Amino acid sequence: MNPLDRYERLVDDAGAFRDACDRRLPSVVRVNELRATPERTRRALDEAGVTYEPVDWNDRLLRLPDGSPGTTWPYVHGWLHGQEEVSALPALALDPDPGDRVWDACAAPGSKTCHLADLMEDSGVLIGNDNNLGRLSALRHNAERLGVSNLVVTNEDARNFSLDSLGIDALDGAVADVPCSCEGTCRKNPDVLEKWSMGHVESLVGIQKGILRRAVDLTRPGGEVVYSTCTFAPEENEAVVDHVLAGTDAEMVAWDAPLDTSPGITEWEDQQFDESLAKAHRVYPHQNDTGGFFVAKLRVGGADAATEVGE
Amino acid sequence: MSENDLAQNDGQRFDRLPATPADREVEGRASREEVVDWWQDRFAVPPETFEDVTFWEKGSGKIWAFSADLPSPVRVEGLGITLLRTRQEHWKPTTTGVKRFGRDATENVIDLEPGEAAAFATGHDQQLDRWDGDWGYLIAAHELAGEREPIGVGLYLHGELRSRVPKGYQEDLAVLE
Repeated sequence: MNPLDRYERLVDDAGAFRDACDRRLPSVVRVNELRATPERTRRALDEAGVTYEPVDWNDRLLRLPDGSPGTTWPYVHGWLHGQEEVSALPALALDPDPGDRVWDACAAPGSKTCHLADLMEDSGVLIGNDNNLGRLSALRHNAERLGVSNLVVTNEDARNFSLDSLGIDALDGAVADVPCSCEGTCRKNPDVLEKWSMGHVESLVGIQKGILRRAVDLTRPGGEVVYSTCTFAPEENEAVVDHVLAGTDAEMVAWDAPLDTSPGITEWEDQQFDESLAKAHRVYPHQNDTGGFFVAKLRVGGADAATEVGE
Repeated sequence: MSENDLAQNDGQRFDRLPATPADREVEGRASREEVVDWWQDRFAVPPETFEDVTFWEKGSGKIWAFSADLPSPVRVEGLGITLLRTRQEHWKPTTTGVKRFGRDATENVIDLEPGEAAAFATGHDQQLDRWDGDWGYLIAAHELAGEREPIGVGLYLHGELRSRVPKGYQEDLAVLE
C-alpha cells in the first residue's frame, strides 16, 4: 500500500496533497548569520549570477530555482547551508536565547543543530548528540564549515543521555527531532513510500517516546522542548506526544508557526489524544510547496515553571 | 614540579589548556596565554577575540576552541572547532580556525585575485612572487561582496603559495571577475 492513502482524510484537498507529494522538492538554502548577513549573502549570490528567491515566510531561507548552491563562494564560505525549508521549524519553534544550554537529541547531520547555534549567536552550550557514530562526522563537518564553536558533540543513546559529565544541572531547551518513517521526505526520496510498513512505524514509536521523555526529564521547569518528525503518521506524532504529556508534567504550548499549517489531530482510528495536541502543527506538502513535517512545542512544568508561564 | 614530573597527554579526551606556561601539568602542552599571543603575533588578531573562548587539547597538539566552558577533562566526540596544531616547530592554524577567528587579522594575510582565489580554494599550489612578507603559514583571503573574507591557510615558501585547504573544503569554483 501507499502510506499516503492513510492521510487523505486528514487534508483539506487530497488531490493537491498527492500532486505535491509527486513533485520534486525545490532546492533551498539557509543563510548562516554566524558568517554573513542576508544582505551580504544576497550580494555575493548576485555577483555569482545565482538566481534565488527569498522564501515568503522567512527571509533567511532562499529558494534556488536552478538547483543546488553547488560550488559558489557564499556556499564555500559557510554563509549558506542547504537544507529543507521545513527543517528550519524546530529551531524556530524552540527559539533559544544566546547563553542558553540546549540539547539536540538526534543532531546528525546537523542542519537543525547549526540553525540552533545561529539563533544562540554561537554562545551558551549546545549539545549535539547522535547515537550513530558514522553520521557524527557529517555533523562535525557541517559545524566546522559553518563556524559553530559552541557545540559539544556526543555519541550516546539519547534515551539514556546524561548531563552529569558536562557539569550542567538542567537544560533551558531541547529539540527531539527523532528518527521516523520519513514519509514527509517523499519528494526527495520516493523510496520511503515503497519501504514503508506499519511494523517499522511500531518499532520507531518506543524509541521516539523514550527520546522525548528524556528531553523533558533533562529540561528545567519552565524550559521548553520541541518534538518534530518528517512523517504524517499520527502514531509517531500526536500519539508519542500524548504519551509523554500523560507521563510527565510537561504541557503543550501554542506557537505561531510562520507558514501555513494544519493543527495537530486529537483522534486517529480508535485512539483519542489530549485536546491540547491541537496546538501542534502539521505541515502538508501542498500547503507551502515544502516537504511534510510535524512539530509540537512543550513546556516543562514543576514548581518553578508557574512564574514563567505567567510572565 | 620539575619537567620530569609532568603527566603525558591523553589523546582520548579534551583537556582545557593551562592559563600560562607556569600552570602546565602536562608535558609539552601549550597554554592559553601562548595561544592568544600566537594569534596576535602572527596575524595581529586582537586578544579580545578570544575573551569568551576556552582552549582544549585532544590528540597530540591538536587545539580546539570552544565558546563556552565545561569541567575539564571531558570525554566527548567534539568540542567547538579545531583551531591550531601545536607540538611542532611552526604552529599551524586550521582552515576552520582562520575562517572563524581570522577575519580581524591584519598581518600575514595574502589577498588573492579572483583566479588565484579560485585556484587556492580548489587546493592548487601557485607561484606568487609579489608577496614580500614572512614565509610560513599565511591567511589567504579575497574580496567578496565588498569585504575581505578568509579562504583558508596557505604555506608560503620560495615564492610559492601552497594551499592547505583540507579536501573536505575544496571546491571547484567559477572565477568571478
